[in-house]
Amino acid sequence: MLRIVADTVLRSRGWLLAFLFSTGFSLAPVAAQDLKQLSADDNQWVMAPKDYTNTRFSGLDQINAGNVAQLKLAWAFSVGADRGQEAAPIIINGTLYIVAPYAGVHPNQVFALDATTGALKWSYAPKPNLAAEGVACCDVVNRGLAYDDGKVFLNTLDGYTVALDANDGRELWVVKVAEVNLGETITMAPLVVKGKVLVGDSGGEMGVRGSLTALDENSGRIAWRAFSTGPDKDVLIGADFKPHYDWMKGQDLGVKSWPADAWKLGGGTVWGWISYDPDQNLIFYGTANPGPWNSNQRPGDNLWTTTIFARNPDDGSAKWGYQVNPHDLFDHDEINENVLVDLNISGQDRKALIHPGRNGLMYVMDRTNGEVLSAEPYDTVNAVNGVDLETGRLQPNELKQPSLNRTVEDICPAAPGAKDWQPTAWSPKTHLLYVPHQHLCMNMKTSEVGYIAGTPYVGATVDMYAGPGGYRGEFMAWDPVARNKVWRIKEELPVWSGALVTAGDVAFYGTMDRLFKAVDAKDGKVLWQFRAGSGFVGQPVTYKGSDGMQYVAIMSGVGGWPGVIANAALDPRLRNGALGFTGAVQDLPAYTVGGSSLLVFSLPKPATPAAEQPKEKQ
Amino acid sequence: MMPRLWLAIAAALLIAASPRPGHAGELRVCADPNNLPFSDAQQSGFENKLAELVAQALGKTVSYTWWAQRRGFVRNTLKAQACDVIMGVPVGYDLVETTRPYYRSTYVFVSRQDRDLDVGSLSDERLRQLSVGVHMIGDDGANTPPADALAHRGITGNVKGYMIYGDYRQSSPPSRLIEAVENGEIDLAAAWGPLAGYAAKSSPVPLRLTPIGDEAKFAPLKFQFAIAMGVRHGDHTLHQQLDDVIARKRAEIRELLVSYGVPLGVDAQHDAAQ
Repeated sequence: MLRIVADTVLRSRGWLLAFLFSTGFSLAPVAAQDLKQLSADDNQWVMAPKDYTNTRFSGLDQINAGNVAQLKLAWAFSVGADRGQEAAPIIINGTLYIVAPYAGVHPNQVFALDATTGALKWSYAPKPNLAAEGVACCDVVNRGLAYDDGKVFLNTLDGYTVALDANDGRELWVVKVAEVNLGETITMAPLVVKGKVLVGDSGGEMGVRGSLTALDENSGRIAWRAFSTGPDKDVLIGADFKPHYDWMKGQDLGVKSWPADAWKLGGGTVWGWISYDPDQNLIFYGTANPGPWNSNQRPGDNLWTTTIFARNPDDGSAKWGYQVNPHDLFDHDEINENVLVDLNISGQDRKALIHPGRNGLMYVMDRTNGEVLSAEPYDTVNAVNGVDLETGRLQPNELKQPSLNRTVEDICPAAPGAKDWQPTAWSPKTHLLYVPHQHLCMNMKTSEVGYIAGTPYVGATVDMYAGPGGYRGEFMAWDPVARNKVWRIKEELPVWSGALVTAGDVAFYGTMDRLFKAVDAKDGKVLWQFRAGSGFVGQPVTYKGSDGMQYVAIMSGVGGWPGVIANAALDPRLRNGALGFTGAVQDLPAYTVGGSSLLVFSLPKPATPAAEQPKEKQ
Repeated sequence: MMPRLWLAIAAALLIAASPRPGHAGELRVCADPNNLPFSDAQQSGFENKLAELVAQALGKTVSYTWWAQRRGFVRNTLKAQACDVIMGVPVGYDLVETTRPYYRSTYVFVSRQDRDLDVGSLSDERLRQLSVGVHMIGDDGANTPPADALAHRGITGNVKGYMIYGDYRQSSPPSRLIEAVENGEIDLAAAWGPLAGYAAKSSPVPLRLTPIGDEAKFAPLKFQFAIAMGVRHGDHTLHQQLDDVIARKRAEIRELLVSYGVPLGVDAQHDAAQ
């Protein structure tokens, strides 16, 4: 079968665009270093989620709640493609690496910049598949690069993973992981664990069968691939697999929980975040919604879609699984991040996993066995009635089930869920989770005339609108032990950027109406904000430059799915049509148009560099 | 697909998204380069022929912007000002402004004649036993009406889905559904008439096409659609010109459609049998 064959491309697939500048940086090879150790160094930001536990917490405190009001733009850089900028910059050994969306003259172009000055070191442009943009399912975003052992890893929308020499941008290997002509694309940031580059696919709407693939970081060869649907041998479910709840036990449930053969076009793509617990030797990630079947066409639980998996990174074998939304009705992918923290719950120390669900429930689970400890609504939720903690089953609300003959009104949350891919941040100082999310409800009815590949059809009309209170987004702090919201900031538009929190007790996030904000991590007071050229859907990061200054960086440039939702803001009752058809950023002139800027901030530099040595982290 | 054809498509896509200034003498058409019987890069589809016919009537020449007719098609072509008309869209398709319709067709059941299946309604009880193929769309809540109607009746276990998108390296990916009937992979397919009618003309085995006659039974689903041309909202001048051509050239257009095997209006069965 074509899609599971590693297609190692021998010829070069890209161009090195800018040659090395002889001054300003060293060509000395980057020493091999364990990524876990490397991620503990707060001067760097070596993976999109900062560390394997996905905290997005930095111990840097040069910028803190007391002085963040003085934050200034230090330098900026354009990646040259005005589409949704969701990528996290990564910073290793004084170099900042950033990737552009799949758009513009050089789709998915990679840039290496001096992290202190912004000077360009090199740039790499993959050779794009010319057909990809028209054939790809939905969007052209890229959520970031990965790094390990002197190599930078890039996923391209048209289905390739590329390894580059971190020093000079030289292409080391290129492997085809997904077939774009089948609708398979890649938008997620890879994660490297124990020498394996973990890559998941996108494109559930196109009949893609979701999977996570592990590539050897030195050769690009496929080490293992775990499908999200189908027989146990494809899902890599074996003797070690021990789900906590009985309804997920049994043979080949990835086949039996579907009508005959429907699992083959089953969805369950893997386009979100992966976390890793070295002590347990387990990776954790969530799978997307079932597709392309409508819910009435696929009676059954549709395993293993919308499922959190714990797997052994060495061979991919599953240790446990937990299906968040059995028989998903609302496109509620559960690809959101799983934050690994140790919590004291009811007097017991638990190795916990926090999963802010698309469905609006904040899951706190035992990451050793997949038991749900709590699942509290963190936004307006009426589509479901919570989780039965005895059985672990989500309780659907029959009144909100989509139906052929009637309009189902006031479904909360709407299809994008209470929170989408935009990652949260966890502070071990405040013990709070900082959550950027949306606050939207919807009406659904079947009536829209659609047309695709020459075939007319009848689709669903989805009206999305602001949830109760009339606002569409929120940035809030959540206490996962007390299971409550400690503070919140209401935002006019959905908050589609990621979050960052630091030891300086500052939390950062961006809004679609062009504000990058720093707030007090303790009480949510806005301490500073910066009005950028375009809205924010990116991921803030922080690091220390070679000049001793702490920098905070984020991409500015709104686009993609947020465009659809931001549309709703122009008129709260505006009909969006079939989801995704109105996704162009060009449709949003009232708030923002597209952008492509990397923005890097710092405090004003002291008069003499030695005068203010920043404090080291304890 | 032939490599040569693929190159042609790739070259065409390279220029797709860039808005080009229109000549007054050009009919700028947005079209899929790989979607027969409607259109392809060799301009051998009936929408290509129709574009020639319309351009001739308006004293213009045809130019193309090629893009796969999928999610984002209208946004990347018509709305991006790269071209001015989409030759075929259903009336009521609100991403565009639609002209008066120039044909009306129907979803049909397709089976091999040697199977002698006279299923003509989605209420037919035999649909619970037969292996039935349908096209899958995949956008949230969207699917082809026969697929939804079968699910509404609880018929799911024996229904096989074929992606409307398919494998874009192959020619006209939606045709795989009809080929599955030809080679016996499924007993019956429910497909949009123009696709099925065209396939039946060149099928290696004789096919039987039967219109799906369920008009209101599965409302709001419907199985007949009137097809028009689509222009940008507000492009009333071109809209008016196209309306005039459609009115004047009705007979020629009908002849063209019949030559491609398109089941037309209530006479679908009769037309397809030609």
